[in-house]
Amino acid sequence: MAKIPISMTINGKVHQAEVDPRLLLVHFIREDVGLTGTKIGCDTSQCGACVVMMNGSTVKSCTCLAVQADGADIMTIEGLATDGNLHPIQEAFWDNHGLQCGYCTAGMIMTSVELLQRNPHPTSDQVRAGLEGNLCRCTGYQNIVKSVLAAAEKMGG
Amino acid sequence: MYAAEFDYHKASSVAEAIQMLGQYPDAKLLAGGHSLLPMLKMRLANPTALIDIGGISELKGITVNDGTVTIGALTTHQEIAASQDIQNACMVVAEAAEGIGDPQVRNRGTIGGNVVHSDPASDWPTVLTALNARFVIQGPGGITHRATRTVNASDFFKGLFETDLKENEVLTAIEVPRLNSNQLAEYAKMAHPASFYAVVGASVVITVENDRCTAASIAVGGMVPNPIRASSVESALVGQQLNAESVRAAADLVANDLSGSLMGDFYASADYRKAMAAVETRHALMHAIGLAHH
Ligand SMILES: Cc1cc2nc3c(=O)[nH]c(=O)nc-3n(C[C@H](O)[C@H](O)[C@H](O)COP(=O)(O)OP(=O)(O)OC[C@H]3O[C@@H](n4cnc5c(N)ncnc54)[C@H](O)[C@@H]3O)c2cc1C
Ligand code: FES
Ligand code: FES
Repeated sequence: MAKIPISMTINGKVHQAEVDPRLLLVHFIREDVGLTGTKIGCDTSQCGACVVMMNGSTVKSCTCLAVQADGADIMTIEGLATDGNLHPIQEAFWDNHGLQCGYCTAGMIMTSVELLQRNPHPTSDQVRAGLEGNLCRCTGYQNIVKSVLAAAEKMGG
Repeated sequence: MYAAEFDYHKASSVAEAIQMLGQYPDAKLLAGGHSLLPMLKMRLANPTALIDIGGISELKGITVNDGTVTIGALTTHQEIAASQDIQNACMVVAEAAEGIGDPQVRNRGTIGGNVVHSDPASDWPTVLTALNARFVIQGPGGITHRATRTVNASDFFKGLFETDLKENEVLTAIEVPRLNSNQLAEYAKMAHPASFYAVVGASVVITVENDRCTAASIAVGGMVPNPIRASSVESALVGQQLNAESVRAAADLVANDLSGSLMGDFYASADYRKAMAAVETRHALMHAIGLAHH
């Protein structure tokens, strides 16, 4: 099968490659580009461990082909901190014990970025609804919700 | 998980997509990929090529005029949920979009892909059947059909994962008749707790004049291959004053419309879904007449 040339910006850096059409975006990010902060949990668009930002909105990168991201602007968890300073949402997860094993965290945080962009003043119910597509096996979610609400406050919400 | 190998072509217009469908036999269109890619990964579908229509701008967007809300096939669930125009013209459509899956599914999934996939657990087929939506289809044309045709919801949804779309045709838009000020519409579903797909969904559009129901359009989905119109419930409502008793009595009749083989699974048996169909129909009606709230 013919390989397809693609080019996309990931965390501000342009990456070009020739890829198999069936290559998933998450595999391109983790294996070809080497950014392993993005995780694969279910591989069936259920868990949200693979969530990245694509052209300003979140996608489950296990359910997107790398070729579909040709020309896109991608941000992964590695692109969130600026000059070594954690993003307020990352800080809030740290401060509020929003993670235990950390496997779901990159996806939780990327989803939270969009959640707070769309709704800077969420209620805890709205946070729970916004995180509908992200599963956590450890925390019981309480501290994740707490973290997002704390981040909202810190970000001037 | 990797899909079997396929070739990939990007179409830049509807005409090019139609031409490519003719050129590459066994090819499938790719929109948001949120039904197709899972099928490819599970190897439930093995097309030789994908034709990506995701970048075709003429398939995107929402326009509202006097009588109709036109939604481009490639419009995402998220765009529909967030559209002020849709919220003003047809709130039930915005609410149905907001109830689909999760934020990432809504960001990528399109209304066109949803209805063409025609999963019995999908929300749009049921909602659009009750609203008497029309489906605008473009194809190469031929002896049996014209290049552009419009199909009513009742003719579009044909069966399990089956629609009226013919080979080499593209769904370009969905037209939803605007509701009048005396029409009330609601969608209620029993959502699967993991995916939010509809275990049972009920969509109602009722017309009320001088306190009485003068027309009703009610569709039920989830346990049937494609949505059915609940004609027993519809005729029981017409002429009635709408209150908790009349609505309950009418909704209970939905069982009459659900004869034949119903679908169930380990999560919800066919009998259970049949019972829930009456409950969700009642919920939708009660919401519509303002006797219950979300
Ligand atoms: C975790 C998860 C949860 C979900 N929950 C729900 C839910 O609660 N309710 C619900 O209704 N849906 C749900 N869905 C399905 C979701 O709405 C899909 O996005 C939708 O069914 C398909 O749209 P798509 O754009 O992704 O289509 P694709 O997957 O790209 O395509 C689906 C099919 O339609 C064809 N097609 C696409 N566009 C066109 C077109 N314009 N013309 C002709 N053929 C076309 C394709 O060839 C393919 O056969 C869920 C999906 C996932 C992964
Ligand atoms: S790995 Fe993508 S949603 Fe679970
Ligand atoms: S912290 Fe372990 S899965 Fe969420």
